Amino acid sequence: MSTSETAGSHDLALRHQFVDSEQQRDASSMGMWLFLVTEVMFFGGMFTAYLIYRHANPAAFMAGSLALSVQYGAFNTVVLIGSSLTMALGVRCAQLGQRKALVGWLIATILLGATFLGVKAVEYTEKWENHHVPGPTFNFDTTKEPSTKDHPEAQAPSKSVEMYFSLYFAMTGMHALHMIIGIGLMSVLAWLSWKGMFGRDYYAPIEYAGLYWHFVDLVWIYLFPLLYLIGRRHNF
Amino acid sequence: MATAAAPAGSNYLTNGSSVASWLLTKDHKRIALLYLLSVTFFFFIGGVFALLIRLELLTPQGDLLQADTYNKVFTMHGQIMVFFFLIPVVPAVLGNFLVPLMIGAKDLAFPRINLLSWYLYIVAGILMLWTLALGGVDTGWTFYTPLSSQFSRTNVVLAAVAIFINGFSSIFTGLNFIVTIHRMRAPGMTWSRLPLFVWAHYATSVIMVLGTPVVAITLLLVAFERLLHLGIFDPALGGDPLLFQHLFWFYSHPAVYIMILPSMGIISELIACFSRKRIFGYSAVALSSIGIAVIGFLVWAHHMFVAGISVYAALVFSFLTYFVGVPSAIKVFNWTATMYKGAVTLTTPMIYAIGFLGLFTIGGLTGLFLAAIGLDVHVTDTYFVVAHFHYVMVGGVVMGYLGGIHFWWPKITGRMYPEFWGKLAAMLGFVGFNLTFFPQFIVGYLGMPRRYWMYAPEFQVWNVLSTAGATVLAVGYLMPLIYLGWSLRYGEKVGDNPWGAVGLEWMTSSPPPTENFLEIPVVTWEAYDYEHIKEVPVVY
Repeated sequence: MSTSETAGSHDLALRHQFVDSEQQRDASSMGMWLFLVTEVMFFGGMFTAYLIYRHANPAAFMAGSLALSVQYGAFNTVVLIGSSLTMALGVRCAQLGQRKALVGWLIATILLGATFLGVKAVEYTEKWENHHVPGPTFNFDTTKEPSTKDHPEAQAPSKSVEMYFSLYFAMTGMHALHMIIGIGLMSVLAWLSWKGMFGRDYYAPIEYAGLYWHFVDLVWIYLFPLLYLIGRRHNF
Repeated sequence: MATAAAPAGSNYLTNGSSVASWLLTKDHKRIALLYLLSVTFFFFIGGVFALLIRLELLTPQGDLLQADTYNKVFTMHGQIMVFFFLIPVVPAVLGNFLVPLMIGAKDLAFPRINLLSWYLYIVAGILMLWTLALGGVDTGWTFYTPLSSQFSRTNVVLAAVAIFINGFSSIFTGLNFIVTIHRMRAPGMTWSRLPLFVWAHYATSVIMVLGTPVVAITLLLVAFERLLHLGIFDPALGGDPLLFQHLFWFYSHPAVYIMILPSMGIISELIACFSRKRIFGYSAVALSSIGIAVIGFLVWAHHMFVAGISVYAALVFSFLTYFVGVPSAIKVFNWTATMYKGAVTLTTPMIYAIGFLGLFTIGGLTGLFLAAIGLDVHVTDTYFVVAHFHYVMVGGVVMGYLGGIHFWWPKITGRMYPEFWGKLAAMLGFVGFNLTFFPQFIVGYLGMPRRYWMYAPEFQVWNVLSTAGATVLAVGYLMPLIYLGWSLRYGEKVGDNPWGAVGLEWMTSSPPPTENFLEIPVVTWEAYDYEHIKEVPVVY
């Protein structure tokens, strides 16, 4: 949000509506946190659906969960947590006015985000090939699927597993969309940082983009156990 | 970017006249006027559909419209009126204009995001008109699944996307208001000195920020189901239509408070000014806005008493629904007590305010009828419900809005509306409204269901009354359009504060300069201190 609010490099960029820069800082920080509240509510609708349907169909959710690759999921979790670290280091460099390091950390964040999306693309492709994408071609017979046929507690009608995958694609899809937006945001900021837009006295856009990135990361921290881990206890 | 220095003596209307100076403005007052034009446009589009409904229902047979067309007509009436008129109307027009002025700020905290809100509204509006051009939607404004997700053969996705985008316009408005009210108040403008209009907008903004994202994801999931076969609400996959209804009403019931709270804020201003008294029970009225916002989030399932929720859940929601009547009643009692022994002058805004009290009281009390589970089972999906929510959403919101538009018209334009015509329109609106909707209580109680294009012949007399009332109401709504337009050129030029009202917005010139106040005001007095402030100086 605040990216468009940038003006000049070492000028404090005080907008006409504010009395002083402290008021401006307070206002933009509060605006960003409120925006994240709306994001929580946005994802909250899907988490509610997940909880209710999981409660109604535990076996189907276990079956769907077993068909996911924990390796991919765990790898991506590490990648995302790493990207939060590089982002935090970027904010730190912005505060210290270290331009090159800031650009470096932002690019690292972008690369880690892209890695996450790449792995996600591989996962989606495998799901497509295995007919695990909801729709007319969906096919998941829990008695025949290699991941579930030996699990008597994960036997459920194909239609119920399709609900699990509907939620899987809706939730991870919206999360991936937020990652793509975040990568776009980071690319713009990396370019502006390279041009010397930010320094010790003006780094709010980096800080708020960082908040957004950590939020998207945090959503995944919830998605990973809910979608991949719960219900796999017999598999480990 | 700092606003270009305005020439001395100019105001926000004369500071730049190019198209770009309007379409790229970051001035909250100009953005409010952009909204004024656009919501008025959609009000009349929605009104045309309302008249089509009333004309069809003049006779028991389906003669003017057939079933499929009728379904689309009431759906488009609902979607346009709810999402493109009632929700934005007061916050985006009067709230936008007045919140910064009332708290002594130069603008909202995020002027560019404010402009972005308007553009999102316009994009959403164009998509909605496109939906109309492609034949409309027939799901009802509520988009209930599985009708909307699987069976409707109309442009559900396009309408859902329009409302999704419009939701972000609403979210950004709410976010802007919250930050502005927290961070931009002038020195001395403490929370206990805030005008009640601002308190009401604060409560509204909280609902916008917390509720709107939920309906956004819900409609998006419906679109996903239609486009991508992600069957979150598909009963064949174990999807629960009740889940859709819960998620939908989690926003759409509080949305009623998004509509009514800002209007209640207007009423507080009008009644205090035209009774020349401090509002009775200031803190109670202020906190009741917050109370409505909080409790309003906990009553949504009263829309679902017959939908198959558990009896125990229904009991809890019934109780909470009675409970939300308490803060609303606190407001009505305090407004009445303010008028008691006040020096009441019956100007046009005050007539609208008193009309609001009457109509909102009927709307609110019949809401308690509907909160009673037993009675609700009898009148669910009848015209009783239709009459109830029109009393709140039209009788309440629109009366308050029109009262506010008249009250602040000299502030916005520097010119006065013609008082005689104003009073006539206010009274015609009140009479026309009651004639339109009171018969619907009766015919609904007698059993006439809503959303049908035909009805049993014995209901005709009530429907004729209702349609007659709708024509009176239409005149009452068209008149302000004409005389307010006339007054832009020919209205009497009045001073900066024709009402002798207190409040920071009256302490700057009318129309205000682009930067609102030439110097930042310092507030040392309580809100509505009419007993002590005899002369309101234009000092800032």
